[in-house]
Amino acid sequence: MNWLTQLFAAGRTPGNRVLPFVIVLLGVTTLASMANLMLPESSPLHVSTYTITLLGKYLSYAMLALAVDVIWGYCGILSLGHGAFFALGGYAMGMYLMRQIGDRGVYGNPDLPDFMVFLNWDSLPWYWMGMDQFWFAMLMVLAVPGLLAFVFGWLAFRSRVTGVYLSIMTQALTYALMLAFFRNEMGFGGNNGLTDFKEILGFDLQSDTTRVALFVTTALVLCAVYVISHLILKSRMGKVIVAIRDGEARARFLGYRTDRYKIWLFVFSALIAAMAGALYVPQVGIINPGEFSPLNSIEVVVWVAVGGRGTLYGAVIGALLVNYAKTRFTAIMPEGWLFALGALFVLVTLYLPKGLVGLRGQLAARSNNKAGKAVKQEVHS
Amino acid sequence: MKRLLAICCYCFGLLLSLSATAAEKPLPPALAPHLEALTEASLSQTIPVLETLEAEGGEAVQPLFLHLLEGDLYFIKSSRQVIAVTESAGKDTFIDMLSGVEIEPLSSRDIKKIRVNNRLRGHLRDAIARLQLGSASASVRESAVRALLSDLDANTLSVIREARLNESAANVREVMDMALALNRLNTAAEASDRIEAIGQLEGSLEGDVRNALNRIADNDPSPQVQQAAQKALVGIEQKVEFYAFIDQLFFGLSLGSVLLLAAIGLAITFGVMGVINMAHGEMIMLGAYTTYVVQLLMPNHIEYSLWVAIPAAFVVSGMAGVLLERLVIRHLHGRPLETLLATFGVSLILQQLVRTVFSPLNRQVASPEWMSGSWEINPVLSLTLNRLYILAFALLVFFALMMLLKKSSLGLNVRAVSQNRSMAKSMGIPTGRVDALTFGLGSGIAGIAGVALSQLTNVGPNLGQSYIIDSFMVVVFGGVGNLWGTLVAAFSLGIANKFLEPVTGAVLASILVLVFIILFIQKRPKGLFPQKGRAAE
Repeated sequence: MNWLTQLFAAGRTPGNRVLPFVIVLLGVTTLASMANLMLPESSPLHVSTYTITLLGKYLSYAMLALAVDVIWGYCGILSLGHGAFFALGGYAMGMYLMRQIGDRGVYGNPDLPDFMVFLNWDSLPWYWMGMDQFWFAMLMVLAVPGLLAFVFGWLAFRSRVTGVYLSIMTQALTYALMLAFFRNEMGFGGNNGLTDFKEILGFDLQSDTTRVALFVTTALVLCAVYVISHLILKSRMGKVIVAIRDGEARARFLGYRTDRYKIWLFVFSALIAAMAGALYVPQVGIINPGEFSPLNSIEVVVWVAVGGRGTLYGAVIGALLVNYAKTRFTAIMPEGWLFALGALFVLVTLYLPKGLVGLRGQLAARSNNKAGKAVKQEVHS
Repeated sequence: MKRLLAICCYCFGLLLSLSATAAEKPLPPALAPHLEALTEASLSQTIPVLETLEAEGGEAVQPLFLHLLEGDLYFIKSSRQVIAVTESAGKDTFIDMLSGVEIEPLSSRDIKKIRVNNRLRGHLRDAIARLQLGSASASVRESAVRALLSDLDANTLSVIREARLNESAANVREVMDMALALNRLNTAAEASDRIEAIGQLEGSLEGDVRNALNRIADNDPSPQVQQAAQKALVGIEQKVEFYAFIDQLFFGLSLGSVLLLAAIGLAITFGVMGVINMAHGEMIMLGAYTTYVVQLLMPNHIEYSLWVAIPAAFVVSGMAGVLLERLVIRHLHGRPLETLLATFGVSLILQQLVRTVFSPLNRQVASPEWMSGSWEINPVLSLTLNRLYILAFALLVFFALMMLLKKSSLGLNVRAVSQNRSMAKSMGIPTGRVDALTFGLGSGIAGIAGVALSQLTNVGPNLGQSYIIDSFMVVVFGGVGNLWGTLVAAFSLGIANKFLEPVTGAVLASILVLVFIILFIQKRPKGLFPQKGRAAE
C-alpha cells in the first residue's frame, strides 16, 4: 500500500499531477469512446470516428513528447533525433501489419508484400522473418529502438559528448536513417514506406470498434508510461538524474556514474518513443521515411517547450495544443503553418522559457517583483 | 569520340557566330561554275563537286562548307545563285556566297535548300578539318587532326602528310604523327612495320588508337604484333586508370570546396563565437536567391552578373545575420540549446518566406559563358570549368577570411572576445558590436557560398537544409574554433565521399561518412585539431 499512498501524495505535489492527469485523460477517453459507439450519428453529442482517430494520433504524439521531456526536461539531454525511435517502432508495427495483408495485396502474393513483388524479389529478407507473429513484432518494436538507443547512448555518454554536440549528433543519426530508409534496397518499401494495411490481430482496421479500441489502448499506454516515468523520476534514480542536469561534473565527483544513468534514461525514453510510433502507425495507416526527417524530431522538441519542460503533463499539453493548432492551421491556410511554427520556436524560447505551464509562475513572479519595487519606492519616498 | 565531335561542333559554332556577324569573304570567281553545279547535283553527285570545290578553292570555301553542314545553304530558284540564310536574334540574314555581300531578304518560295545527308555531313566535317589544318591557330589545327583520326582515307592522309612538313607547333606534330602511325598500323603489310607503329602509339590515350589496338590485339595475323599491341594496351589502360583516379580526386576536391564554402561561415559563428546557428543553411539559400534576383535584374549582362551577385549576396545574408543576432541570439546568450531551437524557428520562417515569395519550385540560375565548358587535359581527363573556378574561389575566400581574422582589428577583437569575453569587455572592446559583426561576417560568407552553389545545383527553398548537417559535421570533425581544421575536414570528407560512391552508391556513401564522423567524435570529441591552451576552455 506504500506505493499507493506515495502515488496519491505525489498527486498533490506541484509539477507532477499524476492523479488529476490520469483521471482527466481516462475520463475524456471513456466519454469520447462512448459518444462514438453508443450515440447515433444524428445526435449532436456524437463523436465521429475521424475525430477519434485524430485524438488517438494526438495521444501518440503526446507520448513521444513525454519521451523527449523525460530526457530533456529532467536530464538536460536535448535529442533532435527522437523521431528516429518513433519511426523505428512504427516500422516494426508496419511490418507486422504488412504481413497481415497476406494475399489481399494488389499482386496477390501470399508471402511477399506488394513492393517486394514490384522490385522482383523472390523471397522475404531475413529481417522480415517472424514479423507475422504479433508477439515477435511487439518485441521488435521495443528491441530495435532500445538497442539503437543503448549503442548510441553508450558511445556518446561514455565519451562525454554533451550539449549542442550531442544534439547535432542525434540529428545526424535520424538524418542518416532517413537516407537509408529512402533506399529501395533496404527492403522497407523505399520512398512509399509501408501502407495499405488491412487488419490487426484479426480485427478490421477500418471498423469503428477497432479504431476506438486503438484510441483507448493509446490512452491506457500513455497513462501507464506517465505513471512509470513519474515513479522513476521521483525515485532515488530520478534525483540523481536531475542532479546530472543541474551539474553533471558535481554529480560525477560525488561518485555517481553519470554516464550509466544517462544511458538508461535515454533507452527508457527511446522505448516510450518506439511504443508511441507503434501505436501511431495502425491509426494513421502509413509509415514512410519522412517520419525520420530531422524536422519532425525538432518539432517534438517545440511541443515540449511550448507546454513546459520538466513537467510531464506540460509535454502532453504542449503536444495536444500544437498539434490541434497544426490541424486547424493546415486546413485554413497551409502556407501559414511553417511561419506559425517558426514564430513559436522563437517566441517560446525568448519569452516562455518555462512553457505555458510555467506561465502562471512567471506572471506571479513578475507581479511579486512589481509589488517589491512599489514597496521599495515607498520606502525611498 | 562523342566528346570530340561535340568540341568540333562547338568550334564550328564559334566560327559560325563569327561569320554571321562579320561580312563574309567573297569566293574566288573561278568557283562560280562549281557553285552552280552544287545547286544541280543530286545527293549522290554532290561529293565530287565538293571535292573540286575543296581542291580549287582551298581555305576560301570553308564558310561555304560550314553553312552547308549547318543546313543554312540555299539557292535562288530563278538565278541559281547560292546564298546562306542565317538567323540571329529572330531575324534572317541573306548573304550571297560568291560575292560575300548581304542581299535583300527573299520569300521562302523563291529559294530552295541545298540538301545534305549524313554521308555528306561526314564528308563535309572531314573536308572542313582538312581545311582547318591550314589555320593560323595551333589549337584549331590540333582539334582538326583529332577530328580526322576516326576516318583516315588516302586524301586526308596526303593532306596531313603535307601539313606535317610545315607544322611548327610540337603538340600538333605529335597528333599528326599519331595519325600517320595509326594509318601504318592499319595498312602496313610488314609485321615489323606494324610493330614499329605500335611503338609509336604507345601511351596514347586517344579513343581511336585504343580501338585500333584492341582490334589488332585480337585479329592480327602475326602473333608478335598481337603481343606488342597487348603490351601497349596494358600500358594505356594503366594510364587511363591513373587519370580516372585524378578525375575522382577532382570531384572529391570539388565536393570538398562546396563543403568548405558552406562550413566556413559556420566555423566562425559556431567555432569562434560558440553560437549554434541552425539558420546558417538558410543564409546560403538567401545568397543563392540573391544571385537569381540579380540575374533577373540584369538579363542582358549574365556574364557580369556574378560579380554583382557576390557582394550583393554578402550584404543580404550579412544583414540578415546581423538582424538575427540583434533580435534573437543576443537574448539567449549562454543558453546554447535554446539558441539552437530559436534559430531553427528562424530557418523555418525564412524557408517559408522564400516559398511564398518565389514559389516552392526550383529556380534556374544561368551560368555565364566563361564558367561553362571544360578544360580538356587529354582525351580521358577533362575538368569542368565551373567546378574548377569554385574550387579556386573557395580557397580564395578561405585565405581572405584567415587574413581578416589574423591581421585586421576586427579579427583581433573577435579572437579576444571568443577567448575571454568578460576580460575583453573590461579592456574596452564593445563585445555587443563585435558579436553582431562576427555573426554578420559568418552569415555573409554563407551568402557567398550560396552564389557558388547556385552555379552547381538548382536553387530552391530546401537548398540550405541539405547542407546544414554536412556543414556541422565538417566543423565538428575539423575541431571547433580552428579554421585550418575546417579546411582539412572539408576536403577529406569530400574526397572520402567521392571515393566511396562508386563502391557503395551515393546514399550509402554519405551514410557511411556520417557514421564515421559519429564514431570519430567518440574517440576525439574535440575534432581533428583541438584547440590548445586557454582557448580550449
